[in-house]
Amino acid sequence: MMLDPITLTVIQNGLQQVCDEMDLAFSRAAFSPIIAEADDRSDGIYAAEDGALIAQGAGGLPVFVGTMQYSTRVLIERIAEGLTAAPEPGDMYCVNDPYLGGTHLMDVRFARPVYRNGEIFCWLSNTGHWPDIGGSVPGGFSASATAVEQEGLRLPPVKLFKRGQIDQEIFQIICSNIRVADQRIGDIKAQAAALDLGEERLCAMLDRYGDDTVQAAIAELRSRAATQMRTLIQEIPDGDYQSVAWVDSDGVVNEPLAIRLNIAKAGDHMTFDFAGSSPPCQGPMNSVLATTLSSVYLAVRHLFPEAPISAGAFEPLTIIRPEGTFLDAQYPRPVSGCAAEVSQRIAEAVFAALVEALPHRATAAPAGTSGNFALGGNDPTSGRSYVMYQLTGGGYGGSADGDGLSNGCSTIGISKAQPVEILEQNYPVLFRRYALHEGSGGAGEFRGGFGLDYEVELRRGDARASFVMDHGRFGPQGATGGQDGGPNKITVWRDGVAHVPEHLSKEQDIPLKAGDRVRVQTPGGGGYGDPKTRSADAVAEDVRLGRYTADEAAALFGDMES
Amino acid sequence: MSQIIGIDVGGTFTDLVLLDTEAGTVRLAKAATTPGNQACGVLHALTEGDAELASVDLIVHGTTTTTNAVLERKLSKTGLITTAGFRDVLELGRRTRPNPYGMKGQFRPLIPRDLRLEVQERMDAAGEVVLPLAEADVRAAAQALLAEGCEAVVIHFLHAYANPAHEQRAGEIVRDIWPNAFVTMGHALLAESREYERGVTAAVNASVQPLLERYISRLTSELKDQGYKGDVLVVNGNGGVVSANLVAREAAKTVMSGPASGVIAAAYTGRAAGAPNLITYDMGGTSTDVALIRDAEPAVSSEIEVEYALPIHVPMVDVRTVGAGGGSIAHVNAAGLLEVGPESAGADPGPVCYGRGGALSTISDANMLLGRLDPAKLKSVEGGVSLDDVHTIFDEKLGAPLGLSAVEAAAAVIRIANAKMAGAIRMVSISLGADPRDFALFAFGGAGPMHAAALARELGVPTVLMPARPGITNALGCALADLRHDFVRTLNQPLDALDETAVAEVFQVQIAEGEALLDRETVELVERRHIHSVDMQFVGQSHILRVPLDGPSPSRQNLRERFEAAYMARFKIALDEIRPKLVNINTSVIGVRPPLDLSLLIDPAGRQATVADARTGSRPVFFDTDWVETPVYARERLPIDAAFNGPAIVEQMDTTIVIEPGDRVTGDTQGNLIIHVGAGQ
Repeated sequence: MMLDPITLTVIQNGLQQVCDEMDLAFSRAAFSPIIAEADDRSDGIYAAEDGALIAQGAGGLPVFVGTMQYSTRVLIERIAEGLTAAPEPGDMYCVNDPYLGGTHLMDVRFARPVYRNGEIFCWLSNTGHWPDIGGSVPGGFSASATAVEQEGLRLPPVKLFKRGQIDQEIFQIICSNIRVADQRIGDIKAQAAALDLGEERLCAMLDRYGDDTVQAAIAELRSRAATQMRTLIQEIPDGDYQSVAWVDSDGVVNEPLAIRLNIAKAGDHMTFDFAGSSPPCQGPMNSVLATTLSSVYLAVRHLFPEAPISAGAFEPLTIIRPEGTFLDAQYPRPVSGCAAEVSQRIAEAVFAALVEALPHRATAAPAGTSGNFALGGNDPTSGRSYVMYQLTGGGYGGSADGDGLSNGCSTIGISKAQPVEILEQNYPVLFRRYALHEGSGGAGEFRGGFGLDYEVELRRGDARASFVMDHGRFGPQGATGGQDGGPNKITVWRDGVAHVPEHLSKEQDIPLKAGDRVRVQTPGGGGYGDPKTRSADAVAEDVRLGRYTADEAAALFGDMES
Repeated sequence: MSQIIGIDVGGTFTDLVLLDTEAGTVRLAKAATTPGNQACGVLHALTEGDAELASVDLIVHGTTTTTNAVLERKLSKTGLITTAGFRDVLELGRRTRPNPYGMKGQFRPLIPRDLRLEVQERMDAAGEVVLPLAEADVRAAAQALLAEGCEAVVIHFLHAYANPAHEQRAGEIVRDIWPNAFVTMGHALLAESREYERGVTAAVNASVQPLLERYISRLTSELKDQGYKGDVLVVNGNGGVVSANLVAREAAKTVMSGPASGVIAAAYTGRAAGAPNLITYDMGGTSTDVALIRDAEPAVSSEIEVEYALPIHVPMVDVRTVGAGGGSIAHVNAAGLLEVGPESAGADPGPVCYGRGGALSTISDANMLLGRLDPAKLKSVEGGVSLDDVHTIFDEKLGAPLGLSAVEAAAAVIRIANAKMAGAIRMVSISLGADPRDFALFAFGGAGPMHAAALARELGVPTVLMPARPGITNALGCALADLRHDFVRTLNQPLDALDETAVAEVFQVQIAEGEALLDRETVELVERRHIHSVDMQFVGQSHILRVPLDGPSPSRQNLRERFEAAYMARFKIALDEIRPKLVNINTSVIGVRPPLDLSLLIDPAGRQATVADARTGSRPVFFDTDWVETPVYARERLPIDAAFNGPAIVEQMDTTIVIEPGDRVTGDTQGNLIIHVGAGQ
């Protein structure tokens, strides 16, 4: 079927609209703040035959950009092989197995087939980050797990909804294995309702334009998205581009992990090869294949935001499976750090490799850590147990176009930080400081942005502090002569004595009592270009505003005239 | 009261509407907007409108003075005095970036770091003093800021919404020293938790206060010089107006006032026309604004961002910008697909058809090529652009790569722009829990009436309301707006532990404050209304839902039922298992002004007896796939009970209305035209 370009555009916009409406419905109805406010979710449409990504919501969390097409593909394969029960209309599968096209266990995916005339036309799927999935620590981010069983409940694809009705047995298994289960039903209802809405909207569109026309448009749009991406990457001169990015440690063995990347760009194609990266690690800083692939896609999309999110746009990108490395972890390797930390380091490797070839698109390295600080304890005043999460951002990298942004959110996220006032309302803590991490912006002609410097005191009762962060050993890397950004620093003051985690950015269950304090200084962005060429006015302004001391500035940028 | 003037300052023109209720006449005028000092444009418009200021009873003014100051960061030098350890809150924001993709961005805090000073003091979340206020620090900080040349100052302490004692005491100390009244305390404008949002709101307020005060006092004194004896009212972003002498006190509320006044006019017009549920659709040169009106009340939000990372958290009419305007540029992307926007040719050079050197294909140009806009008007532009020029550009930029003729490409531009706008309007209505099919579309702005019928068809909206004067809706909104004062107070209590008496007391305090402010106004009022609501959530959630109340002393049971109903209506989910919590208590005190007769907006003298008599000619217009010779009518000549079928073009001074084949148009007694989509077969 030949389709005119205008119908194609209308259908492209229509498919996008269906996904955006699912995103909106999911966020608006979700119970948990992490979905409702932080938008840690994504919704999309996937091909019936192989799960290939047809369209995905523009407001989805970036790290999910490529994952659901793999989980949907695995689901389709398992159904074909008889490993998973075949679908019927109204069924909805639920899965969070990292090794079956997933991320960490907290990201739970729902998938439902859309039937037309008795046949599956396509799949709808969404992912939501549940606030808890069981396991050894509340929230799921254990810095010291050595097997996935310690990280929580692992679900293969199971039908949570059968013919439109929730399966109470499976639901009760889930509720018996996670914390604060009574609130989970609010998220499950929202996640399912978003896919219901998606089916309704998609079917309305199919009724309007005809199933055959839309099917033909999907195929044509896929090939055009590939063409668009091919055109965009021609901006990069042919050649090999290398980089290395370092993860501080796996949380268990205090050795850095290397991500070694070679990007071979030839004509309208790019090949990403992670050969030589570190082998699988004992602690939870492993990545599963779907997350590794998705991390490359999200990095490329940061460079080329105009490309659509679709399988076609990924076609010109070949990622060689990094077998035998920590970027392709197999059962039972622990993986809770993959989506929050390792993914950002993979993106950093992509940026670092291409920053010279794409000076107006790439930047020096951004802070690149989710800065996960969890404080769990019991408040003697209310008698309630609590877990407080403080997720932080940091400075972005400088670029050929200017200085980096200060206190931006993680590379893979888009969510807002919790206000200090809200945290103090909900938990027995008092913040002593919430400030710019002075001096942390990597020096450069265009310097990196600054990280955050906060200090928080436990007011009542006992608690345990856990940290899953990164860039403590190495600051975010500078580019084209720029210096690295300031590293992440954690200091825990117990009885007035300072304690620094052995792994610098990771430690589990540090006991605290009332009056003890935690201080975290998050990374600044890498600098871009030779610091000596930074304009004297810009340096003077940074000193005047106290971003660097005069001595620091003189050392970093050289002596200024006058 | 017989002569009322509404004046709205827009990006390009300052519009004036003068309603003489005694003589039963309406006068319209416009003058070029003068960006440096908007008062010049206002005075020109008054001259253009032949206003006899001595006999004018009331002037109501919508100004973008503060909006522009914030967006361009041309602000008064302002200092901050804040809790030790927290001076960077205004720069750190909420850990965001401007766009989901692209790791770049810039953010300029409203107050630079060297003017943000810290003092020892601390409250906790319960409002208990952790560290007493170091009064000497406050004095020293104020003196330091004065020495730096600050004109305004913000006092912003953590948890001041829970206990404002430290802010109030610091305020007293600063006022003793400060040479003017530009001292803003964070809790005074917004007694709600979230330190960044409250702080930015206060910083916006302080840093535009001196500018607004100077602007308004200069304007009022010039009006007085010209013989005007009445009060000047200024429009706020909440869609209400306040007296000029009060407006600077809460200057932040004027920042988003521009789009609010149009929505007020829409609500007023809809109420009079028996169409209380409207989606407003205001399409201008660079963007389109959309708002929702239920039961003749515009949706209000306290979470509006003026731009990236610049929230102003006071109640404001919830107007969303959804993209394309007449100047939006159409191009063919690398995938060979047609895209419309987001880039815009703006006002300068603007679309090709403006004749100011624009050479990129825009939506306005497409409307011109398709005969929707009168091609004859091209002759009057300065640059001497011809329809052939527009044709050539569409041929080269769009037609050739798409394999279409220039006209087909123009039709495609309109089709895609409409589909995208319809999608954006759907997203806005769904996000507010509304199905667009339950609403009528209210089209205004210079370009809105050209696209509205097609959008309504796309959205499944059955009717479109075309007000008498779509192009001056904002100025009309100024003339119609009521006086309004809003109050928000954070309580943060689980419903099962709620003290009903305490809630009732807060409402009474809010009512008393609002009434006291109304007492200070000199404008004629026919009624005073109080609107009460609460913001609620389930314990464990962070997003809140506004729940309207029917009175100021709700019981716990009443609150629970209303919250559950509102939650179900918005989110389609019942969560009986989880405990609700009351977050904020809100009151709006409204002074209702005397009603105005909208049917005067089009001079009845021009009305002809029949539709045929209103016809001024015809021209070929491209609909769907072909040219159709289409009758053209003059709006002011149409009989008030006009009824006819599309296709048709209705022209008037301030806009052009496109009526598509298959639609039916009827007039109502208010001078509106109603398009009944699909009823003209």
